[in-house]
Amino acid sequence: MLTPAIVRRNTPQRYRMEAAKCAKCGKVFFPPRLICDACKSRTFKPYTLPQEGTVVSHTVIRTAPRGFGDEAPYCMGIVELTDGTRILCQIADCEPERLEIGLKVAIEFRKIQEAGESGVIAYGYKAVPER
Amino acid sequence: MVGIVGYGAYIPRYRIKVEEIAKVWGADAPSYKKGLMLREKSVPGPDQDVITIAVEAARNAMKRAGISGEKVGAIYVGSESHPYAVKPSGTAVAEVIGAVNDCHCADLSFACKAGSEGMFLAYGLVKSGEVEYAFGIGADTSQGAPGDALEYSAAAGGAAFLMGTKNVVATLDCQYSYMSDTPDFWRREYMHYPRHAGRFTGDMAYFKHVRGGVEGLLKKAGAKPKDFKYIVFHQPNGKFPVRMAKDLGFTDDQVKTGLLVPTLGNTYSGASPLGLSAILDEAKPGDAILMCSFGSGAGSDGFIFTATKALPKVQGKAKKTRDYLDTNPFYLDYGTYVKFRRKIRKNVED
Ligand SMILES: [Zn+2]
Repeated sequence: MLTPAIVRRNTPQRYRMEAAKCAKCGKVFFPPRLICDACKSRTFKPYTLPQEGTVVSHTVIRTAPRGFGDEAPYCMGIVELTDGTRILCQIADCEPERLEIGLKVAIEFRKIQEAGESGVIAYGYKAVPER
Repeated sequence: MVGIVGYGAYIPRYRIKVEEIAKVWGADAPSYKKGLMLREKSVPGPDQDVITIAVEAARNAMKRAGISGEKVGAIYVGSESHPYAVKPSGTAVAEVIGAVNDCHCADLSFACKAGSEGMFLAYGLVKSGEVEYAFGIGADTSQGAPGDALEYSAAAGGAAFLMGTKNVVATLDCQYSYMSDTPDFWRREYMHYPRHAGRFTGDMAYFKHVRGGVEGLLKKAGAKPKDFKYIVFHQPNGKFPVRMAKDLGFTDDQVKTGLLVPTLGNTYSGASPLGLSAILDEAKPGDAILMCSFGSGAGSDGFIFTATKALPKVQGKAKKTRDYLDTNPFYLDYGTYVKFRRKIRKNVED
């Protein structure tokens, strides 16, 4: 269920891709964590992820979960950003036949989900093939 | 000196051709194309709206300005298609660029001149010293009623202009606005599509107010048409701005760079701002630019800019307007277009 509270709570990550960088060893966590799994440090610095990357794994969703049926078929993938961070996201504006490993993508701000016709709209990041 | 310190455009990838719309309604495509001087128009993807377009345009402007988001003290998004009837669009832009929480935000509306209104406010606030940097953004995903003449032109796109006083890429030298209460185009609450006054929208609305805006601006600045390298007017179709420019004594050479409507359509609040961003992509230091918007209801905002030595250094820092417009478009058939634009009535999922 998409609620206003969930939309608000996700804003730093969904809107501006705010990650956490371990202050001790530099490992990046997205979404942020409380403890670094590499060095057990609990101190992090806010860090904004880069907006470009390449597709390292992908699939086409043809049988969509409820609420996403109108969008099928749509592309999903793991994107390796230019700093090495990997994120899972939808790949929008992409014909399924164009999808391939190594496809260069940019991160764009898109609508993710709507709570019906009268509810809140959730926005966030999607990858988009370079035009 | 106050002026633009960063600018950015955004146009969705999807397009639909005039022929594709005309064949559904039994209309004559060649006469529409000739009458509107327009071949195709942009269409927002199903996951795009004014907020997503405004955000992308603002991000491009931030790349060019090279400042941190906290320094932005005001954000104004002008549109006639804000996604929410109540709840601002500009707050999302502020979150994305990191301008929260110390920022003033408001959404504007005045048909197609809502974007230039934001530019006017941003300019005024920076000039007064109230804020260091301020955004004026115009974006729309306008709808024309199915089968109406507006359906051939109502398009999607937007542009953002960050005003400031340091590292100005185009100085804002003169501003003039002109308005009257003229009901040429409107949309009442809860209505899906706007209505317009047919032929009345030409002489009494567009031509009267753009002429008023440009003549007032030239008089205020003590300038003549030949003083400008580029001009851009609101472009609801290809015919109006070209005829207006000719009537006012401007040449085709001055018009062509900012005239995007033949392959873009009418992006409403984004129209003259996108024309300006296309001009800034190409302008050289010292070039003078005249912009005049038009919004039904009715009024116009005129601006004179001069490109500075800093402009060439930022032009390549973000995607250019023409890159969005000309590169790898995806053409929709009418069925997919009405699905994307949610013109099909469906059962509500439970
Ligand atoms: Zn660590």
